[in-house]
Amino acid sequence: MAITPPTRRLWWNEPLHRFELIWIVVAFLWGLVMFFMMIYWHAVGGQNLATETYRTTPNAFYAKTEAMVAQYQVRDLGGLPVVKPPVGADVYLVGRMWLWYPALELELGQTYRLHLSALDLQHGFSLQPVNINVQVHPGYEHVMTITPDQTGEFSIVCNEYCGLGHHTMLGKIFVVDRS
Amino acid sequence: MRSTVFRTCPSTGLKVDRDAQALIKANAVAAVIFLAIGGLFGLSVALTRWPDVHLLPAHWFYLALTAHGLDVLLLWIIFFEIALLYFASAILLNCRLAAPRWGWAAFGLMLAGGVLTNIAVLQGESTVMFTSYPPMMAAQHFYLGLILFAVGALIGCGIFFGTLVIARDEKTYQGSIPLVTFGALTAAIIAVFTLASGAIILIPTWLWSLGIVSTIDPLMYKLVWWAMGHSSQQVNVSAHVAVWYLVAAMLFAAKPLSEKVSRGAFLLYILFLQLASAHHLLVEPGLSSEWKVFNTSYAMYLAVLGSMIHGLSVPGAIEAAQRQRGFTRGFFEWLRKAPWSNPAFSGMFLSLVMFGFLGGISGVVMGTEQINIIMHNTLYVPGHFHGTVVAGTTLAFMAVTYLIIPLVFERQIRFPRLAQWQPYVFGLGVAGISLFMMGAGTLGVARRHWDITFADSILDFSYPPAAFLMVTLNGIAAVAAALGGLMYVIVVVASVFFGKKVEGKIQIAAPMGPRVASTYGSAEAIRVPGTLVLVAVFFVAFVLYYFVNWKYLSDIWPMR
Repeated sequence: MAITPPTRRLWWNEPLHRFELIWIVVAFLWGLVMFFMMIYWHAVGGQNLATETYRTTPNAFYAKTEAMVAQYQVRDLGGLPVVKPPVGADVYLVGRMWLWYPALELELGQTYRLHLSALDLQHGFSLQPVNINVQVHPGYEHVMTITPDQTGEFSIVCNEYCGLGHHTMLGKIFVVDRS
Repeated sequence: MRSTVFRTCPSTGLKVDRDAQALIKANAVAAVIFLAIGGLFGLSVALTRWPDVHLLPAHWFYLALTAHGLDVLLLWIIFFEIALLYFASAILLNCRLAAPRWGWAAFGLMLAGGVLTNIAVLQGESTVMFTSYPPMMAAQHFYLGLILFAVGALIGCGIFFGTLVIARDEKTYQGSIPLVTFGALTAAIIAVFTLASGAIILIPTWLWSLGIVSTIDPLMYKLVWWAMGHSSQQVNVSAHVAVWYLVAAMLFAAKPLSEKVSRGAFLLYILFLQLASAHHLLVEPGLSSEWKVFNTSYAMYLAVLGSMIHGLSVPGAIEAAQRQRGFTRGFFEWLRKAPWSNPAFSGMFLSLVMFGFLGGISGVVMGTEQINIIMHNTLYVPGHFHGTVVAGTTLAFMAVTYLIIPLVFERQIRFPRLAQWQPYVFGLGVAGISLFMMGAGTLGVARRHWDITFADSILDFSYPPAAFLMVTLNGIAAVAAALGGLMYVIVVVASVFFGKKVEGKIQIAAPMGPRVASTYGSAEAIRVPGTLVLVAVFFVAFVLYYFVNWKYLSDIWPMR
């Protein structure tokens, strides 16, 4: 019994039952499949999270964001500037209590370098309804390359708890087709 | 030195150290009290998520969510685990408990710490969620309470190790320790790593809240905090797998199919489970993909292999025992004729099945480096861990309670009818909670979120209507689970405080089947065809669901 010492003192010498061995081999191989699937996806998959990261400060990151807003703002969305950066440009998005700043307008099928950082607490970048979720830390600038492949209005939810106004925190990305 | 007083258990013949018995009782009672409190907070959270009910105002919702995690994930489970450690050492090994006075000191520290942290949360200045990610800061006594609790639990682990040493010195058993004790040892070893990680991060964080340390790096905090936060879940897995073996042994006199395989699977937990901190860092900046891939997979899924082995060997042990007891017909007579009206069995078996299918599969899928992009911090995450910690650990602990009450508390179960239905009501509710939250998470709904209609936002957004259906169903399922939890608390309180004293020997074992001559179950020719069918179904579900999620991932925007 499992609540008494093993009946045979030399329990580690007992032969394995065949079906147990088969299951162990199957489970082990399946583990290998899942392990190499991640590496395979890095080689051929279209969706991998970039690891390019820089140390920053809230002030420095906010200054770069403001410079981008000043240069490329195209309109206004209820007080929130909408920025249309050039294709391929570095785009800055700030998470702060309780807004994703600024709103962005991107072109379909074009590639952008999106820089994410937070000004105060941790925030959760959650692009809906696409469903891309990335954690955003203050003091770290995370740069990823994204290529919108759908047009329309997309919302950025915050999915890391960031204080009492957390559930009001939203942002916008508009994807337009210029071709 | 004080002399140890033993009683002899009339049902099992085991010598029971009275000090160990008293400590097991105290820890188990504290556990159930925190389960009741934390469960109530959990219900209020689910009823707030249910859009048509939306029970709590925002600040109360976030406070209740913090308290829910603290009371059930930490306090209920670890108090119960300390009780299990004392049971698996002193009682199963026929031994006196090492240093019972330290046991009471540990209990006092854990209780004081738990109460202190609860007070901090209820005062409203520590609504930081269970994870308390900096730079968000809680009141200093929030961290202090956690530290006191961890020190107490660490002392409890030390007493367990000490008892093993005494049992070995005094030769209270022959050969190797029983498998259940081995599982408890696994849990205790991982617990030491876990609690040490907790101390390493919570002590500086406490000093930070006192103004002595100037900053806590948020990324470093997450890395070390989750070495506690996730590894403690592996403590739970080891403990509840030990409970599965324990219940199977007590009800069916089930022998492990192979001691070597089962112990090897536990060893895999010790060697690889600590890497799981990475599960929480897959979409964080500043960590390389190589680091993420290696750690998130527990070095090529070796700890998952451990769980898959237990997934065969636990039902396999039961099937072999049942076949030996005469239930030999077809693939599943052993399972059909199992004692489904005994809550210790039904709870244990539901825990086994739901842990594998709900918690296990979803955990591996969510912990895949790239797939995490479509799940991180959505309701999928709590959906997953309600499948592991609630359907798995909590239900297993509830099941073993129905054995601990007559054996350790020496009380008969009051309201046996209520007890008989309890695992089904709770299990069904929790299965719903887990599935519907995972459903909402697949649709992108954020976790830890008071208002998914975003009514107070300056911008407009709404999740798809199906998401609202999912959180509504989650609310209904939570009501069922809360009912099951209430049934458990009623049965436990009524039995422990008002139950009839157990006199003499009690019948624990499940009824025997027709006596037939059979080679099944003999050590030489064990056959477990029913279990093989079960694991085959599990494997197919696992593979299909895994690749479905790669398909979902391939539909999102290209990113690199």
